[in-house]
Amino acid sequence: MRVLLIAGLGALALYPLVGSAFYLQLFAKIMLLAVFAMSLDLLVGFTGLVSLGHAAFFGLGAYTLMLLSPEYQAASIWLSLPVAVGVTAVAALVIGALVLRTSGVYFIMVTLAFAQMLYYFAIKSKALGGSDGAYIYVKPDAALLGWRPFDLGNRVHFYYVALVLLIGTYALLRTVLRSLFGHVILGIRANERRMGALGYPVFRYKLAAFVLAGAIAGVAGYLEAAQFGYVSPEFFGWQESGSVLMMVILGGVGTLFGPILGAFALTLLQDFLSDEAVFHGFHKHWLLPMGLFIVLAVLWLPRGIGGLALRGPRAVPETADD
Amino acid sequence: MADGYTFLIQILNGVQYGLLLFLVASGLTLVFGIMGVINLAHGSFYMMGAYLAFSLMELVGNLWLAILLGIPLSIAIGLALEALLFRRLYRRDHLDQVLLTYGLILIMEEVRSLLAGDDVHGIEVPKLLDFSIRLTDTLAYPVYRLVMSGICLGVAALMALVIQRTRLGMTIRAGADNREMVQLLGIDIGLVYRMVFAAGVALAALAGMIAAPVASVYPGMGNQILIISFVVVVIGGIGSIKGAFLGSLLIGLADTFGQVLAPEIAGVTVYMLMAAVLLWRPAGLFGRA
Amino acid sequence: MTDPVLQASGLSRRFGGLAAVSDVSLELHLGEVHAVIGPNGAGKTTLINMLSGDLAPSAGSVRFRGREIAGLSADRIARLGVGRSYQKVNIFPEFTLLENCRLAAQARLPSSLRLFRRALAETALVEAASLALTLVGLDQPWDRLAGAVSHGEQRQLEIAMTLATEPKVLLLDEPLAGMGAEESERMVGLIARLGESHAVLLVEHDMDAVFSVASVLTVMVNGRVLERGTPAAIRESVAVQQAYLGAAETAS
Repeated sequence: MRVLLIAGLGALALYPLVGSAFYLQLFAKIMLLAVFAMSLDLLVGFTGLVSLGHAAFFGLGAYTLMLLSPEYQAASIWLSLPVAVGVTAVAALVIGALVLRTSGVYFIMVTLAFAQMLYYFAIKSKALGGSDGAYIYVKPDAALLGWRPFDLGNRVHFYYVALVLLIGTYALLRTVLRSLFGHVILGIRANERRMGALGYPVFRYKLAAFVLAGAIAGVAGYLEAAQFGYVSPEFFGWQESGSVLMMVILGGVGTLFGPILGAFALTLLQDFLSDEAVFHGFHKHWLLPMGLFIVLAVLWLPRGIGGLALRGPRAVPETADD
Repeated sequence: MADGYTFLIQILNGVQYGLLLFLVASGLTLVFGIMGVINLAHGSFYMMGAYLAFSLMELVGNLWLAILLGIPLSIAIGLALEALLFRRLYRRDHLDQVLLTYGLILIMEEVRSLLAGDDVHGIEVPKLLDFSIRLTDTLAYPVYRLVMSGICLGVAALMALVIQRTRLGMTIRAGADNREMVQLLGIDIGLVYRMVFAAGVALAALAGMIAAPVASVYPGMGNQILIISFVVVVIGGIGSIKGAFLGSLLIGLADTFGQVLAPEIAGVTVYMLMAAVLLWRPAGLFGRA
Repeated sequence: MTDPVLQASGLSRRFGGLAAVSDVSLELHLGEVHAVIGPNGAGKTTLINMLSGDLAPSAGSVRFRGREIAGLSADRIARLGVGRSYQKVNIFPEFTLLENCRLAAQARLPSSLRLFRRALAETALVEAASLALTLVGLDQPWDRLAGAVSHGEQRQLEIAMTLATEPKVLLLDEPLAGMGAEESERMVGLIARLGESHAVLLVEHDMDAVFSVASVLTVMVNGRVLERGTPAAIRESVAVQQAYLGAAETAS
């Protein structure tokens, strides 16, 4: 599987040399969604927390950029991105402290509800642009002391920024999962009660995982807003939360590369199904075949696409010979 | 005295909304409490009811007739879905249930779009009930809303009766606690599940039908009520009808008064209430932890 | 007699109208195995749950080294040094034997909120885990999956995990359940050895094991303490025979 992954990343790295502008933008968007999905997998696949409201943090990252962007000038990425991460992390801390008091189905419902709360807040709030959303007229500027390492307005540059983020997030999460902390959350997923009996203050670790996942989602949301220069309450919406959860589950829970596959598969499927040239009048109803695909995938592919390649138990701590 | 009547109107509205919510939320909590299935598409049944009412009205011209025809139709669709899909979810984990029912929402939304379009529709209040009770010179309260509340209360009473007083109800309560035991007693648990599921669908569809003249019929109506129903279930406790009843009334009143007293944060009051309950009772008011 | 490491006084636990445990007191001393026996439903597991923090007492107190711990959460009590093994094997079946113990040993660290320190590189933890596994007599290789080993080995692992947290007090809930003769013998030997360096509370039905390893016996019936004494005294006691041992003998 590793070989395939490296080959895939290699292909992605080389794509801008041959790719069309449209697909360059699409792939960049998919890579950001993959980062969003990986952050959710940290919760779902590795800590055992099924969140249906992860879009809350995606949206917060996006809206923070919007609020920090002056009307016709660029915000500095070196200032605004850390702020976005900070805001998202604090929000995750507060929301997590409340929702982590529940578990199982309650947790699913409650995470959804909090994301909805933000959604309605965004719709009602004039400062945030209401239901029409708001524009970011100038993309964040990467200038540092006169030197501009990359220009987010340039499609190729943006693509590589997204790719670097993808690789970086994957590497970060792999490292974290190998760490002392990582082994703890894997233990929590495997047998939470025993972890408590062994002496671990389980709540603290779940909260830390929740905050980390939220912060990463915030970065993805920030860049997504930067990519198209637009934010709307839909960023907080349950469709966004549902869609990223689908990517994780269909791609393969608890694998980290599964969500990447899921992001590509679902977005490309959506792109294909809504293509007017292929489906003529029916293309507007692309959600129907998409829904059918999801239903059939659950019935026939219980481990997701990533699960097809991965035999044996899911998400276990590394052993000495990994 | 006008203030008193305004207050009364808000209370009546809150109770009416709450009772309607109860119909939907009770189905959700029953299906989860007894079969262990989380059904995200539950709101779609509400939508289905409303659209059925609209379509049948075009045929028969009478809301009550439409409801009379629509309920069996809804139950039939529900049983078909149970046989096709939900039956396979009983043994699956929550993740799979969430995913499959999410896909089902998408399918049902698009089928609705194909069959009935994306327009917003209104349904006329039945002529017999299309009048208001005069309270003051300027204030009046629509009788239809009172009838809605009445119907919901009647259904709630019927539910309580069935669950507490009948053998079926006893079986349902037993099945919720101990599936294997019930099967050992020779009772067909599959039949019980089908009946509970059908009841859930019927309740949600009925709610959609009677609400249609007041709340109109529009795409996305299912998802809105689903999420609020989730909040009700969290507050009331999964599997508890009592909890769903109390939770629904609480939410109904909170939302109504919230709209009136603080419209800027109107939608948010419901979630703040949920957060407050979570801090105090993470398993809901009547939930078993 | 040294001061008791763990002292329970007047412990009671009610569930609705039912009193599962009523007014139970006992003491655990270092270097001693204190066995609690009694028929099914006597409240033994409820008692252990109250001592370990899995259940809060309805009344009474529990002092660990003089400090009140009744009502504290299970994880806090565990961190203070009260270890507990479970009647129903409560391990991590997807992890290796070594990882099960290593994770247990890691619980002793002041904080595991370290995102960048590689777990397997912490040799002290791996050593502590190896020590625990050796103590209980589990054979190498230790990279076998816990879910794949025999039931007896899983029970050994259960104890090893508790040992890896380096507790002062060991609450053992029916460690011999479902074990064959040879495995039981090994386990009894282990419990005796553990008794020399820890304060052990042993809940068990296996009378031979109990009599060979315990220095104090508490007999519980219907949630209350019927009698307490040395194994010899309990064996002689008519009341105990009537209440319990007679039934046990016909059963065994």
